Amino acid sequence: MTLTRVCLTAAALAATLIWSGTAAAQGQGTIKVGVLHSLSGTMAISETTLKDTVLMLIDEQNKKGGILGRKLEAVVVDPASDWPLFAEKARQLLEKDKVAVVFGCWTSVSRKSVLPVFEKDNGLLFYPVQYEGEESSKNVIYTGAAPNQQAIPAVDYLMKEVGVKRWVLEGTDYVYPRTTNRVLEAYLKSKGVAAADISINYTPFGHSDWQTRVAAIKRFGSAGKKTAVVSTINGDANVPFYKELGNQKVSAEDIPVVAFSVGEEELSGLDAKPLVGHLAAWNYFMSVKTPENTAFINRWKTYIKKPSRTTNDPMEAHYIGFNLWVKAVEKAKSTDVDKVLAALPGLETPNLTGGIAKMLPNHHITKPVYIGEVRADGQFDVVWKTAGTVPGDAWSDYLPGSRDTEADWVTLKCGNYNTKTKTCSGQNYK
Amino acid sequence: MRVAPGTVGGSQRGRWLLALLLALVTPVAGARAQTPEDGFAAALAELREADFPSKEAIIERLSASGHRAVQPVLSAFLEDRLFVRTADARIVIAKSADEALTELELVDPVSLADAGRAMPAELSKIGTNNRLRRVLRTTIAHFSLASTDAAVRLAAVQDMLRSVDATTLELLRERSQVEQDARVQRAIATGLALAELDEMDPERRLAAVAILSDRISADVRNRLAVLIEKTPDGAFAETDERVRKAAETAVRSIDSYQSLYSGIETLFFGLSLGSVLVLVAIGLAITFGVMGVINMAHGELMMLGAYTTYVVQLAMPNHLGASIPVAIPAAFIVAGLAGVLLERTVIRFLYGRPLETLLATFGVSLVLQQLVRSVFSANNRAVATPAWMSGTLVVNDALAITYNRLYIVIFTLAVFGILLVVLRRTRLGLEIRAVAQNRAMARAMGIRSTWVDALTFGLGSGIAGIAGVALSQLTNVGPNLGQAYIIDSFMVVVFGGVGNLWGTLIGGLSLGIVNKLLEPFAGAVLGKIVVLVALILFIQRRPRGLFPQTGRAAEGS
Repeated sequence: MTLTRVCLTAAALAATLIWSGTAAAQGQGTIKVGVLHSLSGTMAISETTLKDTVLMLIDEQNKKGGILGRKLEAVVVDPASDWPLFAEKARQLLEKDKVAVVFGCWTSVSRKSVLPVFEKDNGLLFYPVQYEGEESSKNVIYTGAAPNQQAIPAVDYLMKEVGVKRWVLEGTDYVYPRTTNRVLEAYLKSKGVAAADISINYTPFGHSDWQTRVAAIKRFGSAGKKTAVVSTINGDANVPFYKELGNQKVSAEDIPVVAFSVGEEELSGLDAKPLVGHLAAWNYFMSVKTPENTAFINRWKTYIKKPSRTTNDPMEAHYIGFNLWVKAVEKAKSTDVDKVLAALPGLETPNLTGGIAKMLPNHHITKPVYIGEVRADGQFDVVWKTAGTVPGDAWSDYLPGSRDTEADWVTLKCGNYNTKTKTCSGQNYK
Repeated sequence: MRVAPGTVGGSQRGRWLLALLLALVTPVAGARAQTPEDGFAAALAELREADFPSKEAIIERLSASGHRAVQPVLSAFLEDRLFVRTADARIVIAKSADEALTELELVDPVSLADAGRAMPAELSKIGTNNRLRRVLRTTIAHFSLASTDAAVRLAAVQDMLRSVDATTLELLRERSQVEQDARVQRAIATGLALAELDEMDPERRLAAVAILSDRISADVRNRLAVLIEKTPDGAFAETDERVRKAAETAVRSIDSYQSLYSGIETLFFGLSLGSVLVLVAIGLAITFGVMGVINMAHGELMMLGAYTTYVVQLAMPNHLGASIPVAIPAAFIVAGLAGVLLERTVIRFLYGRPLETLLATFGVSLVLQQLVRSVFSANNRAVATPAWMSGTLVVNDALAITYNRLYIVIFTLAVFGILLVVLRRTRLGLEIRAVAQNRAMARAMGIRSTWVDALTFGLGSGIAGIAGVALSQLTNVGPNLGQAYIIDSFMVVVFGGVGNLWGTLIGGLSLGIVNKLLEPFAGAVLGKIVVLVALILFIQRRPRGLFPQTGRAAEGS
């Protein structure tokens, strides 16, 4: 393990050296933008795309003349899918490179790892991935979905439109699935689902032998009530899971699986035929036809020079986050973190899928929610969407501990204000 | 309401009545639904622009039209072969929607005559969703009931039983009069008996329970269990006591069958997990067990095998079925050559220095990972499963075994058998054993020990490559494939006893079975921990594994 870390650190160092080399050539007066995404290790698959997205957005902004007459300059570091290294790299970005803003992180554990650094150094992080909620930091803007913007609407869809009565909550064993499933379990119970009709199960990272679990799901689903699987299974373990479902003849028509972390990017790496008809809940699908989305997809394909590349939900989140930041800087006429943070709440920017993303006082944004069915070509057919946009809720209304907690950085100036005791308990997250 | 299609039953007049009825219900069709021909073509034309709910209505109308092309059109719709040609907005059926084809042969949906050819890019697919596929499947089932193929009829009956209504029952009753195939007959009898349970006459219900008493499917069990349950007001849902008693006996017998079969199933799961473990460990059993080389790049050699499968599939996209048999020798050669190269350039300088070997091979593993990242990108590659490897072998209603797992169990045993023969019966095997037991003596007998070392390492690596082919069918093919299995393979070799092939076989299979026996109770996470802790305790008691090597070989190494 230590050995891995040594090697990875060495590789990361080399990468940083190359980058800071090019950065030095550009001179003074630029605004530095930190990009904190893993470019090696297990998360590289997902995060490299986001690094490229930010670079594209910076490139486009510079072509428009930058912000406040100053050009933007990217500072890219590689935290190498190593959680402690995320904190180290974040400190480097904030203290050494003195970046104005950071776009970064994917997994919740990496976000939790950099959180103390951003709060100590008063940095600004735009976090683009759907997450489990139960957090609102002064220094983080959450442009991905909170549970009420992804998980809860997905369950609503299955309950109302598909008529699901029995639920399997299947997840990988770490913080995001565990918290999301806690919220979902409380929500289902509040809707009158009996405990016997909910089965929760966790498997390790990279689980590849799904025979027992799929057989168990099949058995659970054969009790005569419509059953669905809500999957918070992480990345790599999904392929063998869906393959096993296909092999054991569990079809989406009988037991649909709705996934929260399977998107276009993940599907492009596998044969999507066994997945056809299974569902995913996102705030963005590449297949949604709007002029903004078509333009974005074309720009992305031109920038990355590969027509087969896909776009996905976290990319849109970065697109929205970047535009919000640009607007905030222009409004504040400064890149100073406190001034930008004061300017952010209330700002609006269009989504790629139509509608407006509005920055809320709790540092989350409003988002539309879509449910899509997987097609054989790895894209999604939207089968359902929310009527309007859904405001992100930092603290779930369905969990006993967080029901009375509120986040408001405008009037209350607090990320976890207890509405009962009328106190702000500071930044101690559960 | 489901409408009886013209091919099976219903007079001409009945069909007219239905068309008229539909004309009243669906105003769009009203003006045009004068003959089956017109109604069919009109409904079909609307598919171009329709959203999912209207597509469902169109399917109903198509099937009600009684046109002879209904079945081919609906089958094409279900199988994603129904397209709109972009050039002239004409709806066409593709004979095959195989993505590998550069040109699709087209058929006209109304006349069923040839309609030329087109590139896939010139066509846009008329999509389906879960709900539509379900509707299509049941609708098509009505037609398939008359198929000459018993398997198709069986599938049709099972599809029809998913949503039973009066029309379906009528069709099934008609079919049961003429059905010859015993399995189809049995499936129909089950469906009819399940429907009979709703009859008012207790005698008929009793007869139905009697028929159902020897079925073991979950559907039957659930339906029978309802009979013996009490409703909220305390009375039984089933009023007749004899029926209740019979149902109770039947449920008990179904339950005992099901727990028996789920036991067999768990055992098979264990066996299949075990055989994967044996397969990934068996190459290591040679390089580590026989040669004593701690090869941390063993997992990456498997990865090479998996990528070889991917490349083979790229090279022969039209012969997916044959890709695996081709990939097995190809992967053996690729990984074997990589192994020989590794031995000649790195490992041979480090014999007798296990710590340095470990570090060097770990470095090689990183190099190999980065190599595939550079060549194939960091993303996982899609390796398709050939048709003959997907699906399940249905033993009965309670037990089905997936083909890919079954083949891998057989494959592992075959590889093990061949390896045993190579080591015991061939000259190479003799030389390998000789060098492993006493290098100096072997050299004195004229064996080129360095050559044998390279070949032995190549053999072990080649087998790792073969394991990679099998893994490509089970899990992700990506740069991290090897890392996921390296720990498991060392675990199996050490547990089984270093230097003992039989130990590896028994060790791997028993670890797999224990793991799967624990999983339903302890969960996958805890199950794995329990197995690891048990293994640590075991190694403390017996450091040399299950089957320790004895005699001179053990002391010599």
